[in-house]
Amino acid sequence: MTTRVNPFLIAFAALVYLFLLGPLIIIFGASVSDTSYLTFPPQGFTLHWFENIWNISAFRRTIVTSLQIAFLATGLALIIGIPAAYALNRYRIQLPGWLSTLFILPILVPEIVLGFSLLRSINVGAGFPIFMTLLIGHTLLVLPYVVRVISAALSSFDFSIEEAAISLGSPPLKTFFTIVLPNVRAGVIAAFILAFITSINDVSVSLFLTGPGISTLPIQILAHVEQFFDPTIASVSVLLMVLTVIVMAIVERTLGLTIVAK
Amino acid sequence: MSLPLSIQSVTAHYGTTKVLEDLSLDIRDGELVSLLGASGCGKTTTLRLVAGFLEPTSGTIRLGDKDLTRLPAHARNIGLVFQNYALFPHLSVRENVGFGLKQRGVASADRNRKATQMLERVGLAHLADRLPAALSGGQKQRVALARALVIEPPLLMFDEPLSNLDAKLRVDMRVEIRQLQRANGTTSVYVTHDQEEAFSISDRVAIMSEGRIMQLDTPETLYQRPANAFVARFVGFENLISMQVETREGGSVVARTADGAKLKLSAQRFGEIPDSFVLATRPDGLLVTSDPSTGGIPATLGLRTYLGRAYQYQCETGAGHLVANGPLSSPLSIGEKAWLVPVIDQCAILAPE
Repeated sequence: MTTRVNPFLIAFAALVYLFLLGPLIIIFGASVSDTSYLTFPPQGFTLHWFENIWNISAFRRTIVTSLQIAFLATGLALIIGIPAAYALNRYRIQLPGWLSTLFILPILVPEIVLGFSLLRSINVGAGFPIFMTLLIGHTLLVLPYVVRVISAALSSFDFSIEEAAISLGSPPLKTFFTIVLPNVRAGVIAAFILAFITSINDVSVSLFLTGPGISTLPIQILAHVEQFFDPTIASVSVLLMVLTVIVMAIVERTLGLTIVAK
Repeated sequence: MSLPLSIQSVTAHYGTTKVLEDLSLDIRDGELVSLLGASGCGKTTTLRLVAGFLEPTSGTIRLGDKDLTRLPAHARNIGLVFQNYALFPHLSVRENVGFGLKQRGVASADRNRKATQMLERVGLAHLADRLPAALSGGQKQRVALARALVIEPPLLMFDEPLSNLDAKLRVDMRVEIRQLQRANGTTSVYVTHDQEEAFSISDRVAIMSEGRIMQLDTPETLYQRPANAFVARFVGFENLISMQVETREGGSVVARTADGAKLKLSAQRFGEIPDSFVLATRPDGLLVTSDPSTGGIPATLGLRTYLGRAYQYQCETGAGHLVANGPLSSPLSIGEKAWLVPVIDQCAILAPE
C-alpha cells in the first residue's frame, strides 16, 4: 500500500526549504566569488576571501574575543545555572512559583533593553572594564537557557535516587557529583552548546557593551559591512555557519537533537 | 547486628503545618513493625524523620544507644527500600548493590564478591552486569532490597515497597521480604497503606491517623480487639452500636440498644464492661433474620448486594445505619422488616466516643 501525497504539500515543503536555505546558499556562493564586491551567482572561484579574514587584524582579534567570551560566559552560566536549576527542582514544592520565572526574565526582556541597562549599570555605573562588562552581559544572556535546559533534564530525575545514595552513606555534595550530575549529563551538554551558540552569535547585547579595542565577531562583521562590501563578510558568515553546523552535528551524533529542542 | 529503634515524643512540621504530634514508638530488636494508614497520616513522615531527610521540631530518635536526632542522613547507616526502587540508572546492577560498600571503603574485589553473593540470595546473580532499565519491576525491587541489605544495616526501612507491582507479584515479594528479614533478624520499619500487606508480614502494626499512632499491636489483636472507634472502622468493624448495661449478673451482663434490643454479653470474653459502651461488629458479625423471636435489633432493609458467600443489606435501625449479612438461602427484599443479631464471638467492645 502506498500513501498518496498531495502535490501541493510537496510544493509547499519545497518552498519552505527554499526560503530557509536560499540565503545560506547565496552567502556560500558569494564567499567564493572572485570579485571585489558581493555578488551572486559567484563569478570565478577563489578562497582569497577566507584568507583575507586572517589578514584583517580586527577579525583575528574579535574571533579570539568571541571565543573567550563564549567559553567563559557559558562556563560561568553553568556554574551558576546548574545549582540554581537543582534547587528549583529539588525544592519545587517549598519554593514560590515565581522564582523559576525569575530565571527566564532575561529572555523575556528585549535583548536591546538588557544591553542598554547593562551599559548603564555595569559599564558606566560601576566602571567595570569592557571585557568584564561583556562577560557579565553574556553570562546573563545565556543563563536562562542553561537554567531552562538543565531544569528540563532534572524534572524527569527522581530525587529518591539521590536519597537512596545518601542513605547508603554518600554525603550530599559527593552524591550530587556521582549520582545527580551523571544522570543529567545530556542536559548539561545541551545547555553548554545552546549557551555557547547564543553567546557566539549575539549582536544586540554586545552592541552596547563593546568598546574601544574590544569587540566580538558579530559586531566586527557589522562594522565591516558599514565600510566595505567585499566578499570577506560572506566568508566570515560561512565560517560561523560551518562552526554551528559542526557543533550541531556532534550533538546529533552523540545525544540526538531532541535534547536541544526540549 | 540489629538494634532496637526508639522514637520519643517526636513532633514534626512541614512549614507551619503540624504533621506529627508527640509521636512515640519503640521497636524491639529484630522486629518488623508496619506503619499503616491512609495518605497524609504521617507514616512516611515518620520514616523520613528516622532516615534523616527531615528534622523533628522536638523529640528524640535513638537507634540502639546512638542518638540519631541531629545526625546527617548519610551517617545514619540505615537500609532504605523505596517505592519506585530508586536504583542508580547509570550503574550496573552489581555497582548498584556495591554502592553502599564503596562508601564504606570496601576494596573493589571484596565489594564485587559481596554484591554478587547478595544478588545470589535474591536470585539475580545472572543479571549483575545489566543496567536497571533492563529489569522488570519485581527484579528492580529485589536489587533495591539487595542494595539495602548488603551494608548489613542495624535498621531496615521500607517505604511502600510493593505498591508499584502487580497483585500477584506483591504477594510473592512480601513473603520474600519477610523471609529475608527473618533470616537476617534485621529490625525493620515497613510503611504501607495496604492493610492485608501490613497484617501479613508484621510482628506488630501501628495504625496511624493525623500524625498519631491510634493503636500499636499484633495483627491478631488489632483485628479482633481494636482499642478505639478509628481502628475498629479501619479493620472493618463497620457497625458501631451504642449500648447501655441494664443488669449485671455474675460473669455476664445484659445490655440494651437505644431502641430496646437486648444482648447478653459474658465478661469472660470482653473483660470489664463499662456501664455505657459501643458494640462493634463487621457485617459478617451481624446476621439478618426475619424471625422476630431472636430478639435482634429491629431494622428496615435497604439495598441488597450479592457477595458470593452471603447477601449484604443496608439497614435502617433505631441505632442508626448498619450493614449486615444474611444467608443465601432466604433473600429478603427492600423495605422488609427484619431483625439484626450480633454474633457475640465476632464483636468488639469500645469505650463510648
